[in-house]
Amino acid sequence: MLSQLGSEARLLAGGQSLIPLMKLRFTNPSDLVDLNFISGTSYIREDAGTLRFGPLTRHSEIADSSLVAKVPILHDCAAGIADVQVRNRGTIGGSLAEADPSGDWAVALATLSTEVRCLGKSSEHTISLKDFIKDAYTTALAPEEIVSEVSVQVPAKGSGGAYLAFKRAAPVYPTASVAVQLTMHGDTCTDAAIALGCVGLTAIRASEAEAALRGKTVTGREVAAAAEAGQAAADPQPDMRGSVEYKRNLIGALVQRAIGIALRRARGEQVESGHIYA
Amino acid sequence: MASRSNRGTFMPEAIPKVTVSLKVNGKERTVSVEPRTLLVELLREHLDLTGTHIGCDTTYCGACTVLLNGAAVKSCTMFAVQGDGAEITTVEGMERDGQLHPIQKAFGDSYGLQCGYCTPGFMLSAMQLLSGNPAPSEHDIRKAISGNTCRCTGYQNIFKAIQLAARNMKEAR
Repeated sequence: MLSQLGSEARLLAGGQSLIPLMKLRFTNPSDLVDLNFISGTSYIREDAGTLRFGPLTRHSEIADSSLVAKVPILHDCAAGIADVQVRNRGTIGGSLAEADPSGDWAVALATLSTEVRCLGKSSEHTISLKDFIKDAYTTALAPEEIVSEVSVQVPAKGSGGAYLAFKRAAPVYPTASVAVQLTMHGDTCTDAAIALGCVGLTAIRASEAEAALRGKTVTGREVAAAAEAGQAAADPQPDMRGSVEYKRNLIGALVQRAIGIALRRARGEQVESGHIYA
Repeated sequence: MASRSNRGTFMPEAIPKVTVSLKVNGKERTVSVEPRTLLVELLREHLDLTGTHIGCDTTYCGACTVLLNGAAVKSCTMFAVQGDGAEITTVEGMERDGQLHPIQKAFGDSYGLQCGYCTPGFMLSAMQLLSGNPAPSEHDIRKAISGNTCRCTGYQNIFKAIQLAARNMKEAR
């Protein structure tokens, strides 16, 4: 169908980004193909340590899932995207395919081993999330392809994560967001993944910040070094949500706070966390 | 994509209409709409259910909140054709047998409104909350209405109204 309609046609998933963009005349698709009437596209399954999400699984279904509750960073992300009404419509596949620089999923999922399955007319292939998102609003999807599944490896025991997005109000996009996933062996951090959102064209992996923790005993000094490296890795633009300096400071504070929560969760503590409001 | 009508004004070309069948407040309705019609426009302009308001039309304010198969959604951010086969509840469908719904009653009793423009949206968000969570915590209520904006700044009484509704609904059960 997509091949008949041509390149100006768009797929409609939850519509919570696309419909507002159309109203603002920022995008003007020739045709919309609504995916919502295709059955079997909304599911959450676990098999052999991998969580599999149907492309049209709503944020609210992910937030309420007991399978997802085992991976707190995913619950943090799903339960805080925009507001109740948007979470009831918006989908994980749509969010990734939209590749909005201020989106939440691409940031949280960047710290985990995440793969996206792309289904074409006669072929299907799976690529890593890192290779899927090419640029702002740009993915590796070919014009005739759709996202058919998002799969995430459940982190090993001793691993803890947190996703913090800072927003002025629920329905707006975050000013900045940070995802942290740490694997701990006693007090030693054996692996670290840190991603920054809303401060670049795509989610930014803060590799220097990760290096500040990896292989080290994590004390206040290491956390401060990671926060500083995170600030340096951010590439924010000034806009109505804040200046460059403000956003850098915010990133530093969020990295610090997210590491604290991730450490507690890695120790097995139950920590309620999520999006923060100004 | 435009043609000149005989009066010389610029008119957009007629777009073929699509038939949408949905259940609104318990009644089966079939409507013929342009594909671009939003759900809120179908409700207000085709069914005369003007209790659902359009506040911002940008997915922010939540004045247009309705229940779609029991889930709160912003009806300005969904096409009417997407509602085909769905069950919709609007503020007009809250009362039963001429009696206000306990949520409507509690909004009145707690002075949970000033100008009233945002009220239908708030009440439907409250309805989704209380249908799945009869004893919500303070945090649960705040989270449930965070997608609704009140510009009279009456949030405290809205909050109290939802607490009162929860209590009354629990007692009535």
